[in-house]
Amino acid sequence: MRATPLRKLLLPTFLLPVLIFAAAKNDPFRLFEKKLGGDKKPLHALNRLTFGPRPGDVDAVRKMGLKKWIDRQLHPERIPQNPELLAKLQPLDTLQMSTPVMLAHYPTPQLLLAFSQRGRADILPQDPALRARAERLAESLKRRRDGQNAEPARKSLDQLLDPEQVAVLRGTDNQGKIRLLTEMPEDQLAAVAAALPPNLRRPLFTNSSSGLQRKLLAATTPQQVIIYDLNEAKLLRAVYSSRQLEEVLVDFWYNHFNVFLDKGNDRFLVTSYERDSIRPYVLGKFKDMLLATAQDPAMLFYLDNWQSVAPPPEPRRRNARGLNENYARELLELHTLGVDGGYTQQDIIAVARCFTGWTIREPLRGGGFEFNDRVHDKSEKVVLGVTIPAGGGKEDGLKVLEILVNHPSTARFISRKLAQRFVADDPPPALIERMAKTFREKDGDLREVMKTMLDSKEFWSQGAWRGKIKSPLEMIASAIRATGAEVESAFILANQLQQLGQPLYRKMEPTGYSTVAAEWTNSAALLARMNFALALTQNRVPGLKVDPSRFEKLGAPAAISKAVLFTDAPVAKDLHEAKPAKIAGLIIGGPEFQRR
Amino acid sequence: MFGIGAAPSWLARAASTSTGRRKVLVTIFQRGAADGLNVVVPFGEPRYYELRPTLAVPKPGSDAANSAVDLNGFFGLHPSLASLKPIYDTKALAIVHATGSPDPTRSHFDAQDYMEAGTPGMKSTRDGWLNRALLPPAPKSSPLRALALGQSLPRMLRGKNPAVAVNNIVDFQVRDSASSEMFESMYSRSLDTVLKGAGKDTFEAVKMLKTIQKESYTPAGGAAYPTGRFGQSMRQIAQLIKANVGVEVAFADIGGWDTHSNQPFALSARLTELGQGMAAFYKDLGDSMADVAVVTMSEFGRTAKENGTRGTDHGHANAMFVMGGAINGGAIHGEWPGLQQEQLYESRDLAVTTDFRDVLSELVSNHLGNHQISAVFPGYQADAKKYRGVVAA
Repeated sequence: MRATPLRKLLLPTFLLPVLIFAAAKNDPFRLFEKKLGGDKKPLHALNRLTFGPRPGDVDAVRKMGLKKWIDRQLHPERIPQNPELLAKLQPLDTLQMSTPVMLAHYPTPQLLLAFSQRGRADILPQDPALRARAERLAESLKRRRDGQNAEPARKSLDQLLDPEQVAVLRGTDNQGKIRLLTEMPEDQLAAVAAALPPNLRRPLFTNSSSGLQRKLLAATTPQQVIIYDLNEAKLLRAVYSSRQLEEVLVDFWYNHFNVFLDKGNDRFLVTSYERDSIRPYVLGKFKDMLLATAQDPAMLFYLDNWQSVAPPPEPRRRNARGLNENYARELLELHTLGVDGGYTQQDIIAVARCFTGWTIREPLRGGGFEFNDRVHDKSEKVVLGVTIPAGGGKEDGLKVLEILVNHPSTARFISRKLAQRFVADDPPPALIERMAKTFREKDGDLREVMKTMLDSKEFWSQGAWRGKIKSPLEMIASAIRATGAEVESAFILANQLQQLGQPLYRKMEPTGYSTVAAEWTNSAALLARMNFALALTQNRVPGLKVDPSRFEKLGAPAAISKAVLFTDAPVAKDLHEAKPAKIAGLIIGGPEFQRR
Repeated sequence: MFGIGAAPSWLARAASTSTGRRKVLVTIFQRGAADGLNVVVPFGEPRYYELRPTLAVPKPGSDAANSAVDLNGFFGLHPSLASLKPIYDTKALAIVHATGSPDPTRSHFDAQDYMEAGTPGMKSTRDGWLNRALLPPAPKSSPLRALALGQSLPRMLRGKNPAVAVNNIVDFQVRDSASSEMFESMYSRSLDTVLKGAGKDTFEAVKMLKTIQKESYTPAGGAAYPTGRFGQSMRQIAQLIKANVGVEVAFADIGGWDTHSNQPFALSARLTELGQGMAAFYKDLGDSMADVAVVTMSEFGRTAKENGTRGTDHGHANAMFVMGGAINGGAIHGEWPGLQQEQLYESRDLAVTTDFRDVLSELVSNHLGNHQISAVFPGYQADAKKYRGVVAA
């Protein structure tokens, strides 16, 4: 199918890609040979390498020059960070803390119970304020554990506050409530929070400032602060970071090496995992990221390797532990070779034996990686045809990683997955082969692999143009960016992501969230997208601020459509009657905006 | 129930072939590992009382309101499940005891994953057994044929067959109806085949539910669903089954079973909710129950012996309930492995004598009518001899 006859049918050019997309079914890869028009390139680059264009971005890329803009995105350290983002991230102190320090500030219930039950005073932080917080919470937990009633000593609001303050909390002045609670000492805040009836507590949390939400969590359930900061940072960076490609890649690689936030200790291990084992390597060497994840307590815990030990001699003791194949299997299937990468069940067992003893030091207290030689399987193993001699130690696991990063299946698997995120759900094999060649020749240098992809004719082809469905995170972030909305509380906004089917850091399966359309096009999720879009442009999403009048200033429906889609698209007649803000919502919830 | 004009075309067709009406399977997942030994109590086994000096449910009759509800002289229901006893007596409720997974894991995360994927020990399975259990779609199948009540699609229902997650029937719509029509027209005119198709499914489901949303729903027979998420899920599943909108499989879950400490209060509250929810569903559906089966499951059971904090820890085998009009009810199926030290799994837990897939396969095959069990449960040796006879022949 060529462009000319279509134009004769007077179809708007913007429909071309979709027609072409439909036509591509017959000959899936032919359209990747057809060049994308030069005028579309800046938008295409923004759609693929960022969380969506903001007003002005397309012109900015054009002005800078596509090549230079891409080169800068490939070197994020050369891009000055957006000061607005830095200001919003600054209060989220867990983001910069080591895990033990984080646990001292925001202890888990397990730690607090260990303290209260066994008198492990050494667990508590030295800082007097933190110590007081931990002691207060441990006391409350202990009450809950021992007695039938959770809070026997719960006081009423009237006992805790003077009548004037109670009137403020029961009144309608939201700012007044925020001021009152923000200024309160922490122990009093905790008591007040416990005393608030649910019908007051919930709206107060939803409508309060980000700072107060965090303070409320710290006072009552401090481990939630860790999750709060993670959610906030993820959304804030997606929306505000100037280093957009870096954020896109951190999201991609986190999902490649997925860890489920709600699995036990991972509730406090994900922060350092993403920061120290994923982020530094997204444009670095694959082998460095692989090793970092293999040794990260978050991964060791998630896939159980920390408990995997050499099979004990017969007869087995009661409750004796043994080999656990979880990590070995996912390492081969999901992290490196791919499910068809050419390994057997025997390889999985051999790999698991090589990794016995890769464990966590003091797991409840946030300790790091440790190799325990006593539980390591020292017998000979054969992994993918390579013999790993008997008598080894920690280096057995390192040898496995080396075999895997140098295996041709890994180069191909990683290249395909990247092409699937950046080019098309079903990327052309020729492109994958060229990317895999770069991977092999450049020692798994991911920036070089990205360059091969971004220099390819397939990336800049009609086959790639608007061929991807946005994930919920991409949809929400791109809508916020397109409308210039301000994020006031990303934590509340994270609930919207859950409605759309992508609770952040909460993909239970080791596969991570998919980047292909099938995962995201179910009914409930689609309706949630539509409702989010309508609420967004009419300034009704908690945690977000949009000026609905901005859409009126744009004028005609076609102009509103172009302002959010960044390309000319016909606007159906029946939309013309709606108010500008609603038109914008309909476009953002409509089919065209779901693609990038 | 529907205005003729409002009913989508496929529904008219489905109704016209009502003789070919499909059966319905409702699954209930008890997340957190329910304590099967205190749910279906082996009061006839003295060892039970030795293992649980403070937690054991007393023998029937010994302490009226707090004692087990006798089922067959050996087993009894936890008193908070008394609402299920009449259903058991009418032979519409069966129990399979000592069921579970052949996989030894005691991780909630892994065990739920395995039970939903339907492939114990295999993490690479991408879809869920309940999705695979669906029959090949009818020429024009309902957008609501696979339905989960909740915010997201559970693992069990994911897969190649379209499945809808509905958190609340009332919320399953575009908030203002003018916008809904515009969205529908935008999606229907889209040349994007993927989104056009998804949009079509969505708006068909929306329309179907719209008719239902408008009517206030009064459960039949005076059925009273408990307040809370589970009761509301069961109520809405019943509402949709009775509305004849083409539901074939449905899913609901209920959490809070991980009773490591102070178990009696928590377990009793959970069981009251579960029992009342199931009993209300049974009463509400009335004669429609003939085509419906409900099955419960939980990722594993709990330790036979109580722990030091008036609770139980992660164990192995559990009990499953199967309820329906065509169920061999009024009976406790399966083999009882016993509670003597040497009879316990790894010397601590009730042993598994019935693979959970034996029960589910029988339902999928003999109730839903999908006999391709090896495709529904890959790696499981399908064999009708392993079936416990929960589905009436």
